[in-house]
Amino acid sequence: MRFFSHQRPEIPIVDHIKSDGTEWTIKEKLWLGLSASDYFKQFFRNPVNWLMIGIFAVGVPLILQRYIYGLAAVTHASNDYPWGLFLGFGLFGMVPLSASGFMLGTTCELFGRKDFHPIERLALLNGLLGYFFAVLFLEVDLGMPWRLPYPMFVSLGPAAVLFLVAWHVATYLSVQIAEVLPAFFEWIGWLKGKRVIRKMVLGLTIAGIILSTLHQGALGALFTYAPSKVHPLWLSANFQWIHFFCSSIFAGLSMVIVSSTLIRNFAGWRCDDTFKNSLDDITIKLGKGCSLAMITYLVIKIVAIAHDQEWAYLLTGWGSYYLLELGVGVVLPMFMFATAVRNNSATLARAAAWITVFGIIWNRLNTSMITYNWQLYPEIPHWKEVWITVTIYSLYFLTYRFIIYRLPIVYNWKGKK
Amino acid sequence: MKTTVSRRTFIKGGLAGTVAATVLPEKKSQAATFEGYPDGMGVLVDLTRCVGCRSCEAACNEEQKLPQPEKPFDDFSVFDEMHHGQKRRTDETRYTIVNRYDVPGLDHPLFRKIQCNHCQEPACLTSCFVNAYTKTPEGAVIYNPKVCVGCRTCMIACPFYIPTFKYSSAFNPRIMKCIFCYDTRLKEGRPPACVEACPQEALTFGKRNKLIEIGRQRIRETPDKYEDHIYGEHEVGGTAWMYLSSVPFDQVGFDTHVPKEPILNYVKDFLGIVPMVLTIWPALFAGFHLLATRKDWLKNKNEDTHEEE
Repeated sequence: MRFFSHQRPEIPIVDHIKSDGTEWTIKEKLWLGLSASDYFKQFFRNPVNWLMIGIFAVGVPLILQRYIYGLAAVTHASNDYPWGLFLGFGLFGMVPLSASGFMLGTTCELFGRKDFHPIERLALLNGLLGYFFAVLFLEVDLGMPWRLPYPMFVSLGPAAVLFLVAWHVATYLSVQIAEVLPAFFEWIGWLKGKRVIRKMVLGLTIAGIILSTLHQGALGALFTYAPSKVHPLWLSANFQWIHFFCSSIFAGLSMVIVSSTLIRNFAGWRCDDTFKNSLDDITIKLGKGCSLAMITYLVIKIVAIAHDQEWAYLLTGWGSYYLLELGVGVVLPMFMFATAVRNNSATLARAAAWITVFGIIWNRLNTSMITYNWQLYPEIPHWKEVWITVTIYSLYFLTYRFIIYRLPIVYNWKGKK
Repeated sequence: MKTTVSRRTFIKGGLAGTVAATVLPEKKSQAATFEGYPDGMGVLVDLTRCVGCRSCEAACNEEQKLPQPEKPFDDFSVFDEMHHGQKRRTDETRYTIVNRYDVPGLDHPLFRKIQCNHCQEPACLTSCFVNAYTKTPEGAVIYNPKVCVGCRTCMIACPFYIPTFKYSSAFNPRIMKCIFCYDTRLKEGRPPACVEACPQEALTFGKRNKLIEIGRQRIRETPDKYEDHIYGEHEVGGTAWMYLSSVPFDQVGFDTHVPKEPILNYVKDFLGIVPMVLTIWPALFAGFHLLATRKDWLKNKNEDTHEEE
């Protein structure tokens, strides 16, 4: 997508100052330095935007329908399956894919691995947006979305796992906003704010690790409330939280690989040379992290089966499905990552990352919907539920892209920092 | 009127105080091993007595002011209704239902009433992050719609698939479930509407402890008539509503695989690690940070000293 030309070398914007010496206004920065008509011209030239318009044309009325006529209007209103796609995909799927923020925050700030620095901001943004939209999905699903702050301030049930999820996601969301703010401060040119955050960064990162460990684990632990409903192979009372936490590590890393690949390929104009030139190297290193996390995950999965004496289940139909999920979603990409590291092939690592992202969503859907009530009947979501899920996800995509195009996430700000 | 404190009352009072002093702290320490309210009420449902007349359904509908169903309560074709291959279940219009089971080898069908079992340690209550549920000393598990957020975790957690959600409402949704007629009856010590309506005495209302004795007695006196098991005595840590059956419980729709301990026990493993992570992680990772950046720190320090020289 090229909407800048040689006549206008100051676009894309990387500095406060234009070539003629005047400053960009915030408004101009928002319009990417283009006139409104030029902006819309490039907007409508992009087929992806037409797809988005199509999704929203149907999705927005459906969302309105949900808020005016209730959940029953857009879902099957099942009492047997209280949680559908909004949570199965939106919460349980989005949150592990957003573990990237704390993973790379830890790597860069805590372990001092400066070689990952070019991708750190992207990982933080990926984390922030993933959580924010997980909350948005939750707001679609909650019966009384206007009572979202109740577990925090009105009526507290601190012994419940969901209480932990609520508090930690909320706190972590603020941590992530603080972590992404420096990019925003650079962009608007308010450096004092950036310095303040800089001083807190170690504290924020450690807070991020604690909160992530607990709420990634807590999402898994939510299913330990249903020991007689979720299929035993997908539920281990002792290890569930470790399964969810450990898998979030390679989920988050893979999601950053996927996201950076898309940005490099489709928004190459926005990336600077530091980002582009280091990306292959970083991708392979991330892939190494993934394969290590995956072998750990596999071992804990096997330990859980051994601990609960569930070998016999492996010989059933559900067992084959379980092995298929592990084989395609974990073992295959694990070997691909390992080969990619050995052969120094970023392309292979990228392919593996795509499979991993798919595998993790598959696992979360398996736990929350497909093997849930395995002794009853399968629930196939209402098409409106699917469409609303796709709509919210599209909004996530648009927001993601909007920020990437503007803030110094995949490029370095040339102006004062 | 002259009030005197006789020696007798004085000693009585003193004794009561001493007893209170010794008993009260003891009560506190019992909290960790709470086994349910001693005077909690319950209902014993005897499947051998139920004839499937649906009087309890009608009584519940009236008592709880639920909407009129499409088919009247004397329409027995509802027993043949199947949804997704399942027999009828509770929903936002009915807190209790009776299902028919044709058991092979038996010349008559059996009927089973379903409603909230009012667990001793309810999973809905322990999973609720806004404390919307309360287990009252009378034995009922009641729900407070004023604080409920509508997350439906209680529906996930309930091993008996009892709480249902008013999905049809956008502005006033809530959980709909049997509350043991707490507000209108149980609070005053009266049996719930369904029990009172039962013409067959299939439902026996009483203290839970007493009901277990009654159940055991029935089994002991007519062992040929009953399965030697009271469903709900130990299931998920014990329930206030319990069942007697003449056939194995799984043949009349009971989930016999539900754990014999409270659902909360399955969650405790995770809850146990929370304080550990909260306290150990900061020190651990701050330590990692110092170790990982030690070389840089040493380098900076050396450079500083060189500059000073």
